[in-house]
Amino acid sequence: MAAHRSGLSLVCILFFSSLAHPSNCDTLEKANDNKAEKLSISEVNTNGGVAGEDLNERQWLSTDVEVDKSDGSKNSETLTPAPAKDQFQEELVIRPLHSGDIYASFQFRTLWDTDFLREGQKVSHYRLFPKSLGQVLSKFSVRELHISFTQGFWRTMQWGQPFIPSPPGAELWVWFHDTVSDVDGNWKELTNVLSGIFCASLNFIDLTNTVQPSASFKPLGLGNATDHRFLRYATLPREIVCTENLTPWKKLLPCGSKAGLAVLLKSEKLFHSSFHSQAVHIRPVCQDERCTSKAWELRQTLNVVFDLYTSGQGKKEWSLFKMFSRTLTEACPLASSSKVYVDITDNPEGELFELSPATPLLSQAVVLGDRRTYSVFDLSRAETFGQLRSLNLLLRWKGDSGDMLRPLLHAERYVAGFGLQTGEIHTVIYNNHPYRAFPVLLMDSVPWYLQLYIHTLTVTSKSRDNKPSYIQYQPAKDRHRPHLLEMLIQLPPHSMTEVTVQFERALLKWTEYTPDPNHGFYVGSSVVSALVPSMVAMSTNFTQDQPLFSSFVPVKEESSYFVRVYTEPLLVNLPTPDFSMPYNVICLTCTVVAVGYGSFYNLLTRTFQVDEPSPPLSKRLANLIRRMRGVPLLA
Amino acid sequence: MGLLSDPNRRKALTGLLTRLNTPICVVCFLAAVVWFMGLAFEPFTLRSYMSENAMGSTMVEERFSSGERALALAKEFGAHKRKAGGMPVDWLVKAMRSRGLEVFTQSFSRKLPFPDENKERYMVRGTNVYGILRAPRAPRTEALVITAPCSPGDSNNQAVALLLALAQYFRNQVYWAKDIIFLVNEHDLIGTQAWLEGYHHTNITGMEYSPLQGRAGSIQAALSLELSSDVITSLDLVLEGLNGQLPNLDLANLFYAFCQKLGVLCTIQGKLQRNDWDTAEGYTHAAQTMMLMVLKQACGRSWGDHGLFLRYHIEAASIRGINSFRHYKTDITTIGRLLEGMVRKLNNLLERLHQSYFFYLLPSLSRFVSIGYYMPAFGLLAVILLLRALDLWVHLGAPALTAVDGVTEAEQPSSPGVLTVLTPLVISHLTGVALYLLPVHLQEMAVEHFPVSETEAVVLTAIAIYTAGLALPHNTQRLLSGEGTEQGWKVLKLTALLYLAVLLGCTALINFSLGFILAITLVPITASITPHMPKALSAVVMVLLSPAFTILYCVFIYQELIEAPVSIGEGWMLFLSVISQGILDHALYGSLVYPLLALFIYPCWLMFWNILFWN
Repeated sequence: MAAHRSGLSLVCILFFSSLAHPSNCDTLEKANDNKAEKLSISEVNTNGGVAGEDLNERQWLSTDVEVDKSDGSKNSETLTPAPAKDQFQEELVIRPLHSGDIYASFQFRTLWDTDFLREGQKVSHYRLFPKSLGQVLSKFSVRELHISFTQGFWRTMQWGQPFIPSPPGAELWVWFHDTVSDVDGNWKELTNVLSGIFCASLNFIDLTNTVQPSASFKPLGLGNATDHRFLRYATLPREIVCTENLTPWKKLLPCGSKAGLAVLLKSEKLFHSSFHSQAVHIRPVCQDERCTSKAWELRQTLNVVFDLYTSGQGKKEWSLFKMFSRTLTEACPLASSSKVYVDITDNPEGELFELSPATPLLSQAVVLGDRRTYSVFDLSRAETFGQLRSLNLLLRWKGDSGDMLRPLLHAERYVAGFGLQTGEIHTVIYNNHPYRAFPVLLMDSVPWYLQLYIHTLTVTSKSRDNKPSYIQYQPAKDRHRPHLLEMLIQLPPHSMTEVTVQFERALLKWTEYTPDPNHGFYVGSSVVSALVPSMVAMSTNFTQDQPLFSSFVPVKEESSYFVRVYTEPLLVNLPTPDFSMPYNVICLTCTVVAVGYGSFYNLLTRTFQVDEPSPPLSKRLANLIRRMRGVPLLA
Repeated sequence: MGLLSDPNRRKALTGLLTRLNTPICVVCFLAAVVWFMGLAFEPFTLRSYMSENAMGSTMVEERFSSGERALALAKEFGAHKRKAGGMPVDWLVKAMRSRGLEVFTQSFSRKLPFPDENKERYMVRGTNVYGILRAPRAPRTEALVITAPCSPGDSNNQAVALLLALAQYFRNQVYWAKDIIFLVNEHDLIGTQAWLEGYHHTNITGMEYSPLQGRAGSIQAALSLELSSDVITSLDLVLEGLNGQLPNLDLANLFYAFCQKLGVLCTIQGKLQRNDWDTAEGYTHAAQTMMLMVLKQACGRSWGDHGLFLRYHIEAASIRGINSFRHYKTDITTIGRLLEGMVRKLNNLLERLHQSYFFYLLPSLSRFVSIGYYMPAFGLLAVILLLRALDLWVHLGAPALTAVDGVTEAEQPSSPGVLTVLTPLVISHLTGVALYLLPVHLQEMAVEHFPVSETEAVVLTAIAIYTAGLALPHNTQRLLSGEGTEQGWKVLKLTALLYLAVLLGCTALINFSLGFILAITLVPITASITPHMPKALSAVVMVLLSPAFTILYCVFIYQELIEAPVSIGEGWMLFLSVISQGILDHALYGSLVYPLLALFIYPCWLMFWNILFWN
């Protein structure tokens, strides 16, 4: 009920904002944590684009808040054929980070009002939705598909939480429709097809690195399928992401990289950064508020962090041109909305950085449990581009780069011990909340060649044993499937929880080694999923700006937020034979064994007896005669 | 075959071996010595070459230019160090953070088993500061380490400053594929040990340390930097690590390649390279360099911060700047460039260094002797032990053989029981255990009763137990089994010879130098010892060739080779400090030389001592 109401209000906001003219209001009033309140305030100020960002984030956190973000013209088109109802939105969020780096997050959302999974319906008409993906979805009966390619590791301690987290390398998780009979077969084919579409080594996903998590990965779209037999999850921590993966990703966009925000996606700059992550998320969503029919949502995201030191050339100055070597000149003509947001929360009086050109449009949203303020640049308006017909956002740093952050939830992992026989995996999870304990779901998928000693599993918080309330462990089968360990752990407030498990390194068969065995073998990131108590609920000084009646009991939706944290992948050395001289070794051992064994065997088994030399022929004849005569024989 | 199974041929062969046993042994011994000395002769060695493909083909261009800034930093660091009276932790943290590193600290404390008089420390408390340069777009799986010890006094300021200058320069580059950890450790090796144990979350030496907050995956290689002056004349490469472990030879090749490229004088064991191998001086020079390496490796201690990394399968070397007031000078920018080049090459590595040799000796930086070439020298010595054992076996078996051939002779009544061998074996090993345990544990008692310091107490107790061990076994043996028989000592000697052969063989596989030095002193006397030799003379010779005297000779030879000869008195003091250092190395870093000598080599030698006084 609450969801529907807020959804309705958001549609209203969009409606209003599309009608409203930008006013030159310089002051900003903070919105409440209550959405109904926010609506009224937005209306008063006629601020445009209040809800977009909020919605985009929220949809990740709670799927039931899903709404159809079509604009006002939608209602008149409900009777027209399906393709006309497709819509496309694009946006770019720029967030100056605490460390002095800059975070740019692109999101492209294509909505397709059709349901090709319905029985007997064959869809062959595509408009904005990429045909290559649509066909894959229908052929393999995919209910939900999430794929991400990441180069680099998100530094939570310096950058805070990302909008959409992803582990280093490639990650793929898919919910199949519950009508699928051969899930493993479909999964295998699907990975091979996706491998072709994205030019990635997804074909290396097989049963040895696929798991079926029971709790950590729930569907984000419609439907509450909980039978994890239809879920497949795999990571390839070694996957390198490069231009060849970016190009097919860009081709999925309706405007390609010809117009709109996508012109900024130039690989020579994107891969000159500290962190690069691109993802595709497909899921079914509701077409309207009553959710009578389904629509498909394709969300393409690209996150990139530019480094202050290496790209800044000493000057602490950022601009779109400097980051992407392009400026914005137009929105994608097919897009129903095209916006650029700049996070100015930490910069209310402009003491940290200076943003130009200035924009009168401001927007507020609660993102990851924190109330953020954004300057909005709407690319669908001509005024945004000014006299030069191009938008080149400029950010000039004034402040110094800050200290380390203390994110509320943080996790890291490492291998302890030395030598090539055993080792210990340590996963450390920090809860930095000063007074709230909260549970986290830890998921670990470890390849079979690290043989886990599950009896050595310990969970300790504040040097006391912490008993997980839920443990699911699926042991590995050599060469067939990996270990899967899922645990629900309660993190005490302001604590460090350490999960350790010992393992033994397996000796592989000699054909099982990779071409570079001395590099080591990768173990994928472990996944920590949690509902984290919100900063908003924690802050005490917000009451001065807000009506008191609105803030006594924290509203459920803002009191906690969903976070997924990925740890580092591990690089583990296995005992490796010296492949450089196999022939020497084989020849030497064979010789030693042959010579040594042969003579020893000879010595051990042969019995010795004194051998009488056989008598000469004449003597034998003489004896024969003597025997016949009955005379004693000759000696 | 039938070589062994044919009794006639076997008899002939054993006859030949027993008859020619002594000449063969003498020839083997001489051949071993000649072979070993020949290893330093240039035509017999191999020219070193880069095996690792990722480091060989592409030369990088070095652009580091802030040497002057590094010198200014060194002064600043020195001032802060004096003010803080130790490591200026806050200043270092700030300096690293302002250069864009993720900075963490680790505090540690360690109580030594007894005071270290060389470095004047007992309770050690310190802090390591390290900053991690995160490589862009790398998932924190691999790292390189550059470390500079923060030494007391004014030494090593330049190294720390150069480290910071390099960090600043590296931070602005985009090509890093591995995270780089810049570590400034306090109390040299103890700090390194604490950091390494913290990083790998192990505790093997009883160190107390605070857990590390930041990590960067598995460390692929490490370089330790020691610089004490603004201008240096040459760079010395130190490779010998804990327990005689050596880093992959490619690391040495890398260093040599960059020294050649940048025109920096480079030395190993402090000795420059000479080109006149065909002259006597040239050969002597190479032999001295190799002997120094053998001595350093044999003592099993870590000769720089790098030595402790090797246990964790991290290839590491120390680079030491030397200012010997020669004419040729190198400024700090060039050294920075050299390090930049080396780190960039290591950054290019796709796998751990594994292509080249792990077992080698270096007569100079550009030539090496691989394990295949030096092992025969040891093998020839080990063969002597086996030959003598075979000889004894044949002698012991001879009466038994006649028994088979002869009519019905009863079993020899003189056949020695197990007890004759077991008693000396157990007693010598108990002495060994006492030598291993008592010095450290009895120090308090010794200090109470004698006017000595703790360190002196430990060393003198060790020497006392060692000497007491000489008196103990032969007395007890006589008490237990009465008159020793001829068979008895032969069986004991056979056992002892095989035992020694196994011990030395295992040692030489792990640490060739130690195995070889022990073999060359122990083999002649152990091979020839019998109870029938003149007692006094043999006893003197045996004592002079015992493990303790071997250490003493090594001290003198080492001092001679580093061109700092010492008098007898100084040598004795050095000998005492070497013993205390050996015990400390074992307690602090887990060096295995002291337990090996005390628990195995010394008891084994006692068994031979027992044979001498058999009757």
